[in-house]
Amino acid sequence: MHRFANPARFLRIAAIVQPWAMAVAVLSFAAGLWFSLLASPADYQQGETVRIMYIHVPSAWMGMFCYTAMAVFSAMGLIWKHPLADLMARATAPVGAAFTLICLVTGSLWGKPMWGTWWVWDARLTSMLILFFLYLGYMALADAFDDPERGQKAANILALVGVVNVPVIKWSVDWWNTLHQPASVVKMGGPAIDASMMVPLILMALAFKAYWVVVLILRTRAEIAAAKLRTLRMAQVHAAGQTEVELHG
Amino acid sequence: MTRKKRRLYFVILGLLAVGTAAALVLSALRQDIVFFFSPTEILEAKVQTEGRRIRLGGLVEQGSVVKEGAKVRFKVTDGAHALPVEFEGLLPDLFREGQGVVTEGRMGAGVFLASEVLAKHDENYMPKEVADSLKKSGHWQGEEKK
Amino acid sequence: MADLTAFFAMGGHGGYVWPAYGLAVLVLVVLLVASIRAVRKQERDLETIQSLRPARRRRTSVNQGEQA
Repeated sequence: MHRFANPARFLRIAAIVQPWAMAVAVLSFAAGLWFSLLASPADYQQGETVRIMYIHVPSAWMGMFCYTAMAVFSAMGLIWKHPLADLMARATAPVGAAFTLICLVTGSLWGKPMWGTWWVWDARLTSMLILFFLYLGYMALADAFDDPERGQKAANILALVGVVNVPVIKWSVDWWNTLHQPASVVKMGGPAIDASMMVPLILMALAFKAYWVVVLILRTRAEIAAAKLRTLRMAQVHAAGQTEVELHG
Repeated sequence: MTRKKRRLYFVILGLLAVGTAAALVLSALRQDIVFFFSPTEILEAKVQTEGRRIRLGGLVEQGSVVKEGAKVRFKVTDGAHALPVEFEGLLPDLFREGQGVVTEGRMGAGVFLASEVLAKHDENYMPKEVADSLKKSGHWQGEEKK
Repeated sequence: MADLTAFFAMGGHGGYVWPAYGLAVLVLVVLLVASIRAVRKQERDLETIQSLRPARRRRTSVNQGEQA
């Protein structure tokens, strides 16, 4: 496998995809905000706080989606030693962590007025918090070693081990009694959300997914450049012992 | 190629091992991860209630809420059994008859003495008009679940 | 004006709804800006090094191709 062939192809595809992803992200986020704050009804039970759902639920989806993507990239990195897969896993981690954080905080802001508490240690909330720590652990491990390859390997293994948490999050509300209510959108017999509330939910989910594409491309580009820099610097150091000073200056 | 295959099998085996371990741990913890118990479980003494703080969850029985000053009495039901609850304090917004509730406290003499009441909402989201017309036409199916 | 006040009040729950939206926007914008800055920095550094030693760059990239 040519070491730089795939990153080069990635950069070519990324250059085409990026403006489109950005356009989708901006447009669907604007439309999503319009619908979620203005053009959608209040809930019959929860009143206006239902608007928190349009941020909270898509963020939760993204938290789980990004982790799954990260685990797949990590597996590709481990098995096929695919350098691009490692870089894409690294690029996804902060996005997933950000969405998981948003999910946790908005859930707290929603739980206080509706449930009467900011936080409870039920299975759904706890497994989501574990997801957040898995992201933090992955990012810390990936950068913890002086030898980037060793750190990447440890981080990849953590990502794979942690993937068992994803189905636990998804089905925690069905397996155990929780304070959190069961799934509304993805369930047997169709969603339990009125169509007028599905519109902002889907728009926000689309906006977040497009945002992930944009940031994934940006961060992967940065990782590719950083990796090339590392190899160039090392090669030059090898080639001419003393050039290091000049390069860093 | 063989090294790649070996790594692939290694990863798959590792995932299987971790998955099995997680499944075993979770099924062993099944009882402890439970966030609340139903009135039936408590009344039929399926859970140890003496000298222990527990959570009781279910629906607030229709017509059972009585307010006496700062004190509130109501019944929590799971359809089969109803358990009287006493609580003194601030109730959450969503606390309503027919709605889900999780209370935390101790079992007294036939009465659950709650020190905290949390509302549990269902998975249905709709505007008020839709809820009203569903109720009118008899297609209402929320709230009675569980 | 009354409409606007009602909009910001969010049925008395404005104190929960607005921070939720504010935080989401803040986190996403911060991550986006940080990512853009990282790309700019790394790609600029790479260009600087490559322009410093154009001849060597060609040789190293050939070497890397052979290594893989």
